Amino acid sequence: MSTSIHVTTLQVVGSLALVAIAAGVSFWRQADLERDIGIAAVRAFIQLTAIGYVIKLIFESDSLLFVFGLLAVMVLFGALTARGRAKKVPDAFWPLLIGLAVAGGTTLGLVVALGIFEPTPRYLVPVGGMVIGNAMTASAVALNRLGDEVSDSRARIEATLALGATAREASAPIVRRALRSGMITLVDSTKTTGLIFFPGTMVGMLLAGANPTDAVRLQLILLYTLLGSVAIAGLIATTLAYRNFFTPAQQLRELDAG
Amino acid sequence: MRNVRDHAPVLFELLDVSLARGDRRVLDSVSAEIPVGATAIVGPSGAGKSTLLRLLNRLAEPDAGTISYHGKPLAGLDPLALRREVSLVPQLPALLEGTVESNLAYAAGLAGEEVEAERCLGLAGLDPDFAGRDVAKLSVGEQQRAMLARALAQKPEVLLLDEPTSALDHAARDAIEATLAELRRELEISTVLVSHDPEQARRLSEWVVRLEQGRAVACGPLESVLA
Repeated sequence: MSTSIHVTTLQVVGSLALVAIAAGVSFWRQADLERDIGIAAVRAFIQLTAIGYVIKLIFESDSLLFVFGLLAVMVLFGALTARGRAKKVPDAFWPLLIGLAVAGGTTLGLVVALGIFEPTPRYLVPVGGMVIGNAMTASAVALNRLGDEVSDSRARIEATLALGATAREASAPIVRRALRSGMITLVDSTKTTGLIFFPGTMVGMLLAGANPTDAVRLQLILLYTLLGSVAIAGLIATTLAYRNFFTPAQQLRELDAG
Repeated sequence: MRNVRDHAPVLFELLDVSLARGDRRVLDSVSAEIPVGATAIVGPSGAGKSTLLRLLNRLAEPDAGTISYHGKPLAGLDPLALRREVSLVPQLPALLEGTVESNLAYAAGLAGEEVEAERCLGLAGLDPDFAGRDVAKLSVGEQQRAMLARALAQKPEVLLLDEPTSALDHAARDAIEATLAELRRELEISTVLVSHDPEQARRLSEWVVRLEQGRAVACGPLESVLA
């Protein structure tokens, strides 16, 4: 599909000039981000280098077992990271973990079953990473919103419960808004793709010397795939998480978190 | 403490009811009886009045003790069915987005009743043309009446009213009080009113439970508790 290009370490070092500009801007305008920019650049270097070796190993082994292992680790870390942004939601970890796992599994299963990608590490690892990463961001945003909405709307939720509505009925508008806010970013960026920004896969393929038509087609497949996975993850995370605000007797729990 | 009124059957009976929030004992071994009719729960703020009210339709659960309704333990009743029969109007209005009528229809639907918007609005002291109004454009007093109308749309047996006039000015307060008195005359409905104002309790109730620092310090007919 594409030719391979070789990137030297020296070229990477050269690109640090732009990091220096970012740090310089922060210092000049007292944005107090120099330290974070430094940490971000170093972490990106270490993490990507490490994952590069892992992916290399997995590609060479050509074993699906390693692929599933790597994806499982991504799901786990994705759920842990997203939980950090959903502090107001009690026990957010399990809804997130299940949401990410189902989104990843369903999406990858579907693209393989439809014959879009071969079930080989070369496809499953990068696609799986994108799917899980986007699903993580969307479900983190959705649960963050859910937590805010519940604490802002406690009076209305309880007044609705007081009429004999179930927890599900009383929180339906909130769950709907949370899911929407989790999905909207990707929907909007998909709308403007190609006009305002070039998505990463396409850029990477073009840089690697691929035919633009191939780059566009692959990018479209990925964008459509991501829409599905983000919807699945957001749906499952919000549907499971809202219950944690209520007791089995349909009472709104008193929360000390957040 | 176990005063039983001669002429009215017991509606709620509380026995050693306690509830803590963190280190604070909000309710401390409260025992009291609430008869059919008009009851007021009075006491200073922070005495546990609103918490007690929320226990009566199981919006919250006591840590210890039992509450019975018509002689049956609350804990054994389906909370959803209970809440449609024992309706709570909270201190601050919290209507659903939409019109007054859509709120009434929602409540009536939950209780399996047909919505009779005009009747409910009338009982709550609102003109029929309020049905089509957007709740976001109502004053606080009008919203509070809409909350009352919404509760009445469920045809409840008991109305739990949490400081229904605390957010209102004098004129609006008097109007709501007149409405509540009218309701008691027109419907066979029991009311349990939480109020920090003993004068309001005097105007709107026949039976009084007085709470202080989470304890029931008096319970009985109006004339003996608020003499």
